[in-house]
Amino acid sequence: MATAKNKKNRYWWKVLCVVLLVYAVVGGLLVKIPDLPALEETSRNLFYHVAMWMAMMTLFTVSVVNSIRYLRTFNLKYDIYAKQYANVGIIFGLLGYGTGAIWMSYTWADPNNPTFDSFESVAREPKLIGAATALLIYAAYLVLRDSITDMDKRARTAAVYNIFAFAMLFPTIWIVPRLLPSLHPGQDGNPAMNFKDVSSDMRKVQLPAYIGWTLLGVWITTLKIRYNLLKEKNMLS
Amino acid sequence: MKSLRYLLLFVSMIITMAVQAQSGPNESLMRSSGRIYVVIAVLVTILAGLILYIIGIDRRLSRLEKENATEKA
Repeated sequence: MATAKNKKNRYWWKVLCVVLLVYAVVGGLLVKIPDLPALEETSRNLFYHVAMWMAMMTLFTVSVVNSIRYLRTFNLKYDIYAKQYANVGIIFGLLGYGTGAIWMSYTWADPNNPTFDSFESVAREPKLIGAATALLIYAAYLVLRDSITDMDKRARTAAVYNIFAFAMLFPTIWIVPRLLPSLHPGQDGNPAMNFKDVSSDMRKVQLPAYIGWTLLGVWITTLKIRYNLLKEKNMLS
Repeated sequence: MKSLRYLLLFVSMIITMAVQAQSGPNESLMRSSGRIYVVIAVLVTILAGLILYIIGIDRRLSRLEKENATEKA
């Protein structure tokens, strides 16, 4: 009982999440940024758009770890963990995609043409196609998991598929977009984690923002997990 | 839950105060740098609202878990 109580009282990271998010918003808008052509003030999106993908990657990684834990122990608790982490990961991925679409409309698209006229060139972006493929593979994970009614079979199939989905993340969003010509930054190296690529002022906000948004994702997921564990417990008894 | 509502009231009061404070001199903080601080105030308000909401869900869930544990015992 004592350990359970200790577990519940560990909320310091939620405070950290709030502090970092406020810092990311206030600092992200006030920090001095280098004056780059085409980007101008939009490079502040580094703290928000890129942070969505960092959070998604972290959540998917935690999800696949829990799938492996399920396959090792066959404890249904880990199945719920894996599902919810993937769920929230997809939401963050969609947010990353949507914010990217907005950002792209005002930087890549030809300013002399309306956005829809330059759609043809923008839609060929390997990074967009890759990210869409990765998200669809994860959407299939949810469909597959919910289409099986037998609890153990569902958990086992979903866990194996989750490992496949995670493996597919690497070619679709990390490798293939780098092999093809693209407007998206980060053709060589890792754009999100290359701190030499970013001015020293922006660096002060960059990592705290990534951690803050990721912690928010983890927080939402823990709520969903706790809700589902409670529901499952009441159903079984 | 009650303390949460007070917190929300407190936050909104501070924001109103901050907005009213800059009605006097023209070169106040809220009106400097192309009024970017107004945007920051809006964003922080949205963030505060969402965070208070998530804290509320967290607390309600904790209470439910506690009730569930005592029911079982």
